[in-house]
Amino acid sequence: MKVPPPPAGKVKLPAKLSLALLADMLRIRRMEEKCAELYGQQKIRGFLHLYIGEEAVAAGAMRALEPEDNIVATYREHGHALLRGVSMDAIMAEMYGKQEGCSRGRGGSMHLFDAQTRFYGGNAIVAGGLPLAAGLALAAKLQKEKRVTACFFGEGAVAEGAFHESMNLAALWGLPVAYLCENNLYAMGTALERSEAQTDLCVKAASYGMATLKVDGMDVVAVHEAARRAREHAAKKGPIFVEFQTYRFRAHSMFDPELYREKSEVEAWKTRGPIHTFTARLKAQGDLTEERFLELDAAAQAEVDEAVAFAEAGTWEPAEHLTADVYTPQ
Amino acid sequence: MSAITYREALRQALDEALGKDERVFLMGEDVGRYGGTYAVSKGLLEKYGPERVRDTPLSELGFTGAGIGAALGGMRPIVEVMTVNFSLLALDQIVNSAALLRHMSGGQFSVPLVVRMATGAGRQLAAQHSHSLEGWYGHIPGIRIVAPATVEDARGMLAAALADPDPVLLFEYPALFETKGEVSGEKVDIASSKVRREGGRVTIVTYGGCLPKALKAAEEVDGEVIDLRVLRPLDLAPVLESVKKTRRCVVVDEGWRSGGLAAEVMARLMEQAFYELDAPVARVCSEEVPVPYAKHLEEAALPQPEKIVAAVKGLFA
Repeated sequence: MKVPPPPAGKVKLPAKLSLALLADMLRIRRMEEKCAELYGQQKIRGFLHLYIGEEAVAAGAMRALEPEDNIVATYREHGHALLRGVSMDAIMAEMYGKQEGCSRGRGGSMHLFDAQTRFYGGNAIVAGGLPLAAGLALAAKLQKEKRVTACFFGEGAVAEGAFHESMNLAALWGLPVAYLCENNLYAMGTALERSEAQTDLCVKAASYGMATLKVDGMDVVAVHEAARRAREHAAKKGPIFVEFQTYRFRAHSMFDPELYREKSEVEAWKTRGPIHTFTARLKAQGDLTEERFLELDAAAQAEVDEAVAFAEAGTWEPAEHLTADVYTPQ
Repeated sequence: MSAITYREALRQALDEALGKDERVFLMGEDVGRYGGTYAVSKGLLEKYGPERVRDTPLSELGFTGAGIGAALGGMRPIVEVMTVNFSLLALDQIVNSAALLRHMSGGQFSVPLVVRMATGAGRQLAAQHSHSLEGWYGHIPGIRIVAPATVEDARGMLAAALADPDPVLLFEYPALFETKGEVSGEKVDIASSKVRREGGRVTIVTYGGCLPKALKAAEEVDGEVIDLRVLRPLDLAPVLESVKKTRRCVVVDEGWRSGGLAAEVMARLMEQAFYELDAPVARVCSEEVPVPYAKHLEEAALPQPEKIVAAVKGLFA
């Protein structure tokens, strides 16, 4: 497989925003590296899907969204939750299964929720969030609210009926929704070209009359610019589909032996890693010193250490509460 | 009080719901311009406009999911999936999203959604259009299942369902659409089962489209007929009370026999009324075949008053 060249970096953002995006990516990276370690120690159980390698998408997109917007995400959503404003403490506690977690320990890694930041989850059914996002957008439209709904999903979702039904509904009804597709080339272990007759995802979305954008998902600046345009389009004109071309450096989940791709391919993509390429670019531009980078990295690491301590100190929801919230108390 | 049809009762309920609450909207296939497959929403498009009586493409999964999203976003959607047969295309959204979201999110997100659908056999529509899967949905925690069997309930249950903060599946029975009844205008609950006919010799438990059949059979055998009304959560208090008196019970359920709702009712009687009973609880369910087209075969596949009478007599053999 041909790996595209490293991000070209034509656009330059204000230094403050650039450093914030770098810090965002570092926070996800350090948090997830720790998650992998904690999984090995069996502190985190169940499925754990790491986002390592794809951080530029969540980072660039989240800073383009507004506080009133709705977010719908997938089971690979730790980074999205974090950058949306869910505290790392609450995310880590959730992965520990503690009641201080953002879903009180009932959801785990795949089901992070947060009403306060309008983070509608962690949906672990591929494409399951897409119709939901259309509905959230419909509610906003009917209530004449300004909010946009941003829906993240992987390219595996485009094979599902829910994708096609949602594209059609969103376009037919002109809904304020941005469908943000993180194309990391593999649906678990199935490569895109092995599962889709049409591998140009924008063509699929465009067939429903959706506006589309195709973006280098390893370039946080390009992502941010695309997401900003996507939000504006969704708010003013209606639905848009954005394909972020990215790559997952780690296995699909912690159970994946990665028999479906060559190590050399992974290594080649790592040369395009969103954090080190952006770091190098910022240094070349004179926006970042090594000292400042180390500060940002240390701050991310400190936040992780605190989050782990918080999760460790967390408590278990009493088993007597098991049936609470199957239904809403009336 | 004047007598109206079950169909008209459903229509009035929709009209009232749309009239009362701006957050309510109806969406589904052919609910608008066509007037509803069963003419239940006739005239509502003209009255409330296309935003609130919203025709959808044939995308059960998509628009049911959109209903869930709209409910999360502050609306009170009524989604119509036309019939239970097509609801299978929306199953993922109903089971994996609507039913789970509140518990899975640690109590943060409720889904105040009503999903309406027609259900049941008896009109020679053959295997793919004759399912009775209410009991199957009743297996799932997190949703409420209601089954109006009377005109009064057809008129009143929608308002109660819309007032519920959680997802409610409302099953409507085309087999009953032409039945007429009085409507009191009182609120109805969606929590309790009700005695529909008093009797002394046997308790007949049923719901939905089988209620008239059970009532007919009861005439012949002095049966006490209990309409479950709500299939999840079940309210068996009136059944237990009745069984104390009759000491015998037959459960009538248009669903298939194995693993069905009737089996659940029987299991609970086993747990809670074993020593009240003078005979094993019996059941009359659909035969375990796809529902056939030919009239005589379809009739043979479904619960019938004669089968109910025979089952009652079997308890005294």
